[in-house]
Amino acid sequence: MTLFGYRLPMMSSLIVWCVIWEIVGRLELVLLFPPFSGVLAALVDLVQTQKFWDATWTTISTFCIGMTLAIVCGVSLGVLMGRVKAAENLLGMWVNVFASAPLSALVPVLMILFGMGAKTIVVSVFLFAIWIIALDTQAGVKHITPSLIDMAKSFGAGRRDIYAKIILWAALPEILAGIRLGFIRGVKGVVIGQLLVSIIGYGELFEIYSRSFLMEDFWALTIVLFAFALLVAELVGMLEKRIEYYAGVRQ
Amino acid sequence: MVAVTRKFPRDPHGEDMSSLESIISVRGINKVYPGQVHALKDVDLDFPAGALTTLLGPSGCGKTTLLKIIAGLLEPNTGDVLVKGKKVTGPGPERAFVFQDFALMPWATVLRNVGFGLELRGVAEAKRSETARRYIEQVGLSGFEDKYPHELSGGMRQRVGLARALAVDADVLLLDEPFSAVDEQNRRKFQEDLLRLREIERKTFIFVTHSIEEAVYLSDRIVLLSRRPGRVSQIITPQIDRTGTPDEIRRDRAYLDTVEEIWQGLRQFVD
Amino acid sequence: MDARLEGPVAAGIAAQVDEAAGGRHQTLWWRLASIALFCGAWEVAGRVPINLAFPTFSSTVVAFFEMVGDGTMLKAYALTLQPLIIGLIVSASLGVSIGVAMGLRKSVEWMAAPIFIVLQAAPVAAVIPMVTFVYGIGLTAKVISVCLLALPVIVLNSYKAVANVNPSLINMCRSFLGSRWQQIIKIILPDASPVIFAGLRLGISAGFIGIILAELLITPTGIGDLITYHRAIANYAHMYATIASVIVFSAVTLSVLQWVEERWFRPEKKRS
Repeated sequence: MTLFGYRLPMMSSLIVWCVIWEIVGRLELVLLFPPFSGVLAALVDLVQTQKFWDATWTTISTFCIGMTLAIVCGVSLGVLMGRVKAAENLLGMWVNVFASAPLSALVPVLMILFGMGAKTIVVSVFLFAIWIIALDTQAGVKHITPSLIDMAKSFGAGRRDIYAKIILWAALPEILAGIRLGFIRGVKGVVIGQLLVSIIGYGELFEIYSRSFLMEDFWALTIVLFAFALLVAELVGMLEKRIEYYAGVRQ
Repeated sequence: MVAVTRKFPRDPHGEDMSSLESIISVRGINKVYPGQVHALKDVDLDFPAGALTTLLGPSGCGKTTLLKIIAGLLEPNTGDVLVKGKKVTGPGPERAFVFQDFALMPWATVLRNVGFGLELRGVAEAKRSETARRYIEQVGLSGFEDKYPHELSGGMRQRVGLARALAVDADVLLLDEPFSAVDEQNRRKFQEDLLRLREIERKTFIFVTHSIEEAVYLSDRIVLLSRRPGRVSQIITPQIDRTGTPDEIRRDRAYLDTVEEIWQGLRQFVD
Repeated sequence: MDARLEGPVAAGIAAQVDEAAGGRHQTLWWRLASIALFCGAWEVAGRVPINLAFPTFSSTVVAFFEMVGDGTMLKAYALTLQPLIIGLIVSASLGVSIGVAMGLRKSVEWMAAPIFIVLQAAPVAAVIPMVTFVYGIGLTAKVISVCLLALPVIVLNSYKAVANVNPSLINMCRSFLGSRWQQIIKIILPDASPVIFAGLRLGISAGFIGIILAELLITPTGIGDLITYHRAIANYAHMYATIASVIVFSAVTLSVLQWVEERWFRPEKKRS
C-alpha cells in the first residue's frame, strides 16, 4: 500500500502495532498486555540467564531430532502413497485424518508411553510434523507428468535413478512446501509438548512465569519463540525460492 | 491487386458502407504499462456502424489492449473513446464483450451465465430467462440450459459467451480472439456461424485475432497494427464476394490474394 | 506461512469425498480395508503389549460405549462444545469478514496481514495458559483460546481467496456494467468460496486444538477433564477412548462442512 506516495513494505505495520501495544500497556487497558518497552527490557534480561539457554538447548535439540525423523519418514511415506495406489488407498485416509486432527489431545498419551522427559517432546514434534509433510510430498509425486518418467526410462534409467534423479527433484517444490509447514507444526509440537509436560524446557519457564504473573518475562519468552518459528519458516521459504524457477514450468 | 484503399465495399445488407457513420471512434490513444511498456502509440481509428472490423497484428502489438480500451475495461494514458459521438470512460450498455478465456462463472448454469448481463441490470427473472433461452437457441445450444460450464466443450463454452453478449442487445460487439481457445473444426464452424449471425443481427463487430485467414474471411475492414509500440500501419478492405458457400469463399481468388499480401506485410515481424 | 499451501490438507479431504462420488464401491472397500488395518494393528499392539499403558483396540471400544452408556461422555462433550461452538462462530464471522476486507482493500491488508501471518506461524498455544490465568477458568478464557487458534488461519485463507479471484471474471462483470457491490456478491464471494471453506475447515481443526489445550493445561472440564481423570486413575482404555472420540468427532465435523459447502455453494462440484 502507498502512503503519501511512498510504497510501504509489507511487514511495516508491525511497527504500528508495537506502538499500539505500548500505549495499551501504559494505559493498563488489558491486564494481559504490559507495556512493550517493559517486555523488551525483560527480553534483554532473559537472554542473559543460564536457565534460558538450558531451556533453549532442550527445545532446539528435541526439535531437530523430531523434525529430522519427521522429514525422513514423512517424505518416504508421501512417496510411497504417491507411487503405490494400494498404499494411498489404505493409508491416505488416516494421514488426512491425522493431519487435521487436534493432535494436542494425543500428547497425554505420549506422556504415559514415553515419560515426562525429552523423549515425549521428540515424539510430539514428530507426530505434529509428519502428516503434512507426507501429504504435500504425495501431492508433489502425483503431479509429476508421466512423460518425465517415460523419458528417463527411454534413456535406460533404473529404478534407483528414477527416484533419485527424477521423482525427488520433480516433486521438490511441494516437498519443501510441506517441510516448511512441517516446521511450523513442529514448532507448535515442541511448544505444546513442553507446555503439557511442563517440567522441562520452555514449558517449565512458562509455568513459572504464568503462576507468578510475570507478564513481561512471559511475553519476552513468547516473542523469542515466535521469532524462532518465523525464522525457521523463512529459512525454508528461502530454500523454496531457490528452486522456484522450475516449479512453474513442470507441465 | 486487391484494393487497399479506404473505399468501403457493400456490407451484408447491400448498403454502401462509405455512407455509414462511425459508431465508435478513438482519438490519440496512448497506453503505457508500468515498466515503460509502450503498448499503443497515437492511435486514431473510426469503426463504421454495421461493419465487422478486425484488429490484426503480431503478438504484443496492442490489439487486445486497444479492444479493452474501447470496451472501457482499461484506461488509456491519453486519448478519447467516442461512442456515437459522445466521449465515454468505462463500460456502457452499447458495448458488449466476448472474452478469449470465456469468463464463464463455473458455479452457474448456462442459463444463468447467458442471462448474467441482464441480471446485473435488474431485469426480472421471467423476462431474463425468456431472453436467455432465445439466444441459447440462436447459438445452437438448446437443451444445455441447465448444464454447468465444466460439462461443456471449449467450443460450447464460447457460444455461451457469445449468447451472453448478444442477450444484452448492445450496438457493438467486441470479440477478443474468441475462437483461439477452440479447435480447428469448431473454429471454422464459428467463423461461418458468425457470418450468418451478421445477417440476422444488425450490429457492429470489432474483432481481435492473430489469424490472417480468419480476418480476411470475416472482415469488412482489417486494421493492421504494427509491433510494439502499436500503431495503425495499414487499413485493408477485402473485396471478397461472400455470397457463396464457405468453401467457395475460401478458394476465392481475391481471398487468397489478400491473405498472401497481408502475410508478406507481417512477415518482417516474425521472430 | 502461506495459507495457500495448507491446501493439500484440505484438498486431501476433498479428494476423499470426491473419490467417493465416483467409483463408490471400490473406494468403499479400500476404506473398510484401511479401517480394518488400523484397528487390527492397534489390537495387536495392545496385546503384545508394546507398553503396559497401551490398551487394545477392543478394550478401548468397550470403554467408549461404557462412557456413552453412563452419560459421562455426553456430559463432557456438552461442556466442551459450548465454548468451542461459540468460539468458532465468532472466529468464522470475524475471520471471514476481516479476510475479505483484507482482500478488497489495500489499507486493511497492510494493517492486518503481518499480525495474522505471525499468529498463524507462531506457536500461539504458549499464550493459552496465560489467558486462563488472566481471564479465569470460565467460558471467556476458553472462547478466547479457540479464537486465538482458529482466527488466523480463517483470516489468511479468506484473504488469499479474495485476492486470487479470477480477474477475467471480474472484468466480465465490469464489462456488463456490474457495480462494485455486484462484483463482490456475485463474482468475488462465489469464486472465493472454496478456499474460504477450506479455511473454515482448518479453522475448525485449530479450534478443537484450542479447546483441548485449554482444558488440558489449566481448567480440566469437559473432555480435558475426562482425559486427565482417567489418566490419573490409570484407566488407560477410557483415556484412549476419549481421545479417539475427539479425533473422530473432529473428522466427522469436517466432512459435514464439506458436504454443506458442496450442497449450497458449489453445486457444480456435485455433477463431476
